[in-house]
Amino acid sequence: MTTEMICAGFGGQGVLTIGKFIAQAAMQEGKNVSWLPSYGPEMRGGTANVSTVVSTEPIASPIVSFPDVLVALNQPSIDKFAHSIRPGGVLIYNTNMCPRGCQREDIIQIAVPMNEIASEIGSMIVLNMLATGIIIGKTNIIKYETLEGNLTSFLKEKNPDLLAKNLAAIQRGIEIGKQYA
Amino acid sequence: MSKILMKGNEAIAEAAIRSGCRLYFAYPITPQSELIEYMAKMMPKVNGTFIQAESEVAAINMVYGAAGSGKRVMTSSSSPGISLKMEGISYIAGAELPCVIVNVQRGGPGLGDIQPAQGDYFQATKGGGHGDYRLIVLAPSSVQEFADMASEAFDLADKYRNPVMILADGMLGQMMEPVEFKPAKTDAELQELANQHLSWCICPNADGDKKHHHEINSLELDPQVLEKHVLDLYKKYAEIEKNEARYETYNVSDDNEVLCVAWGTASRVVKSAINEVMKEGKSVGLIRPIRVWPYPYDAIKQAIGKNVKKVYVFELNSGQMVEDVKIAVEGKVPVDFWGKLGGVVFTPAEIKEKLETCF
Repeated sequence: MTTEMICAGFGGQGVLTIGKFIAQAAMQEGKNVSWLPSYGPEMRGGTANVSTVVSTEPIASPIVSFPDVLVALNQPSIDKFAHSIRPGGVLIYNTNMCPRGCQREDIIQIAVPMNEIASEIGSMIVLNMLATGIIIGKTNIIKYETLEGNLTSFLKEKNPDLLAKNLAAIQRGIEIGKQYA
Repeated sequence: MSKILMKGNEAIAEAAIRSGCRLYFAYPITPQSELIEYMAKMMPKVNGTFIQAESEVAAINMVYGAAGSGKRVMTSSSSPGISLKMEGISYIAGAELPCVIVNVQRGGPGLGDIQPAQGDYFQATKGGGHGDYRLIVLAPSSVQEFADMASEAFDLADKYRNPVMILADGMLGQMMEPVEFKPAKTDAELQELANQHLSWCICPNADGDKKHHHEINSLELDPQVLEKHVLDLYKKYAEIEKNEARYETYNVSDDNEVLCVAWGTASRVVKSAINEVMKEGKSVGLIRPIRVWPYPYDAIKQAIGKNVKKVYVFELNSGQMVEDVKIAVEGKVPVDFWGKLGGVVFTPAEIKEKLETCF
């Protein structure tokens, strides 16, 4: 069983972190993982994307050509990658930043106003963890508890308030994702 | 020890320190900067020496000097920076000093770009610097292997008193994969490693005889003496060629109709493509040289079974290793090549398409 995922958005939206938290948790749960970022002369506001592969088998190529899951936090990400999603695959996108959406009918589309929900929770910073929650709710790619543990050890001392908001965002995302599971 | 999710650049740095590297000199360049950054952070914690040199030329000459002490020393860079180091590398090979050089390759020629490429194969395996010399060249294809090659490289460098290059690329440097480290060498083990070099290295004389001294030099003006020195080097290289070739086989069998040869990052993509064409009932094998000098000529020769109609070489360059493959194949079957250039990495789908044309 292999899940190939691309997360894409503006630099600063935290797309690389989505892939990293999923890869790390999946590794702890005994899966093989790879995390391959786009890198280049990029800056905040530029584009960023990461290919993440989670598999029960050894991973040959870490390069993802046809993702099972695409997370698009802005319209350019849909324009660039949505055509390559495997038929029957999943597109999770942020309607607040993707005015044109995606025209494909052979994939499952999960359209979520992520900016709005993140503001409701109280910080735009948690937008990427909201998206991570949606991925978990839809695919069960990792367990919530593993991610919660990692975030807690990362943030508990540094910023307990932000930790609470991140966990709230993940839980909200899982609820949304489950509606499509 | 449990697995850690880590970038290749960081993993090779950590593994080098665990292998006993306490002297590291380099100059930053993308896509290997996390390596020098990690060394800057960690070296002081292990009483090591980290120097960000004023240039790549300075860094390799610091390596030259430090290697003369018989201690484990390393530098790293990416393609254009490695070109700058070539003069020093030739000196180090000539003076027969152990050291490790990491090249996280990027697109070239010239300043090129900063994306993954394999265009430095000729430079690493056929020369690069001037004169008759050889580097031992290790070619990792995963973050774990990249890390494992640190201790392997230092051991080979010590054993043969020869510079060893680890030839990675931007993808291996930037990618994160799970990695498990070997335990760090103890101070006693490091002392033992250093002691093996006491017969030649620059060190205080144990016997207190001030007239007794060791020379580190790559200059020899008497052609007869220099010729003998180079012949001795080549005796050593012959020994290395006999003992140290390493390769991996993937799906190699008598049924293979096509045999692929690919190294490093390229081999990962080829494996994915082979997995796909296998589903169509086509038999394709892969030989991956784990070390590209010495080259596993015999392994390729032996893998050409009775059914192989074609050998297909895939590289992220314009066709460099393919020349070694042709030497191995000896014209017995056609050898084809396909590659991508300038930092563009081919996809499994593209390789699959190429393989399908063979049937």
